Amino acid sequence: MELKGWREIPIGGLIIDAGNSVNYETGSWRSLRPVIDMERCSHCMICWIYCPDSSILVENEKVIGIDLAHCKGCGICERECPRKAVSMVEETLVEEGV
Amino acid sequence: MAKVMGKPVALNGDRAVAEAMRQMNPDVVAAYPITPQTEIVMRFSEFVANGEVDTEFIPVESEHAAMSACVGACAAGGRAQTATSGAGLAFMWEVLWVASGTRLPIVMHMVNRSFSAPLNILCDHSDSMGARDAGWVQLYDETVQEAYDNAIQSVRIAEHPDVMLPTLHALDGFILGHNLERLELLPDEAVKQFIGTYKPMYSLLDLDRPVTYGPMDYHDYFFEHKRQQVAAMERALEVVPLIGEEYGRLTGRYYGLMEGYRLEDAELATVVLGSTVGTTRVVVDELRDQGVKAGLLKIRCFRPFPAAMVAEALGDKKAIAVLDRSLSFGGQGNPLFFEVCTALFSHGFSPKVVNYVYGLGGRDTVPAQIRQVYHELIKIDREGVTGPTLRYLGVRE
Ligand code: SF4
Ligand code: SF4
Repeated sequence: MELKGWREIPIGGLIIDAGNSVNYETGSWRSLRPVIDMERCSHCMICWIYCPDSSILVENEKVIGIDLAHCKGCGICERECPRKAVSMVEETLVEEGV
Repeated sequence: MAKVMGKPVALNGDRAVAEAMRQMNPDVVAAYPITPQTEIVMRFSEFVANGEVDTEFIPVESEHAAMSACVGACAAGGRAQTATSGAGLAFMWEVLWVASGTRLPIVMHMVNRSFSAPLNILCDHSDSMGARDAGWVQLYDETVQEAYDNAIQSVRIAEHPDVMLPTLHALDGFILGHNLERLELLPDEAVKQFIGTYKPMYSLLDLDRPVTYGPMDYHDYFFEHKRQQVAAMERALEVVPLIGEEYGRLTGRYYGLMEGYRLEDAELATVVLGSTVGTTRVVVDELRDQGVKAGLLKIRCFRPFPAAMVAEALGDKKAIAVLDRSLSFGGQGNPLFFEVCTALFSHGFSPKVVNYVYGLGGRDTVPAQIRQVYHELIKIDREGVTGPTLRYLGVRE
């Protein structure tokens, strides 16, 4: 995201556009990436309820993946998944394609 | 606005400020009693109890809570005010920065008191000068009349769309706070009209335009928000005299950022703020009668500091004494001195300047001491030697 100069932003650190947190890509904080084993997933939506960043992507009532632009890698989905379908993988290993 | 007739009364500084607050009728006043400010909130709480104001008065458990309540009230779109002194200001410390950083036009009536220890409740400027970097506009009152006038103007300065900064005006504890002086009060209606209705830019209670106050602000934007505060202070240099001019048309009492007294053709000058300005005027008159070319520069607005004007007013003087009523221990001088020297130097002037610390912990500053300052300036000018830069007025050796 392009950073703005001091003349272009609201004063006092105020956020005046409701819902603009989507522009803040918390995915850059992640060192561990959640990977869902679709074979094991029962689409119970527990991870969807618990994810603090609303990063579990769902379509037609089925989990289809992770929003990696916003997932901060906290691992809550891994901890809460009753089917042990989520594993946290080192980002560096993912990037190297291991 | 046409000039209106004021009502002459005799009040002490605290009561004069309380009267101004009654006439301004703020939405919220949150305060905690502390000498020598107590009489302001004590009197104001009587107005609340008698139904003379519509203010929500919050008798908080501490000054930290007082300033926090003002922050909340102001973010919610209300006009919020408080009053404090010395240790009370110290207890507000972190919230002073929250108020300015969040750009909330809170007004504070500040009755100067020294910082302990040793324990002392009397006047010096350690408190407000200590908060000079907190991002608040700071005005200093010379008289009880000015305490009243500056209290009212503070609201307009703080809320001006080009400024949007919390503003305090400081009156010397006891010397102005507790002494009776004659002053003129405006009619209630004139004050009401002068301050108008506060229309907040953003309000937490505006459900049609929701806004988030106080979010996390990291390395990527924090600096830009600080830069905005610097710009707001620069704009306040324009706004303070504008409001002072408008107030002058209403009352006949005009206010600027600073005021020269017999300064134009002076060769020897002092720079003073607060009630000691009055004492210095008397000495200047006396010396003028004796043929000494003495002058005085009174600083009304310390934050923002009117550097260019100060440099222009003082650049041609032969010797200058800056009077500080607070200490910066281990420094090369004290708050007002730093400002004056930097203003002169950065505008290409280098007259002889010395710094006097005076009146700490309520020590009386009498004409004889000010006379001594001018006599030392005469000596500096005559001998062409500045001598020690840092000097102490009225302390026993
Ligand atoms: S909690 Fe586990 S099983 Fe349930 S939807 Fe998420 S990944 Fe699938
Ligand atoms: S790791 Fe945390 S942020 Fe990422 S999807 Fe799981 S719960 Fe959400």
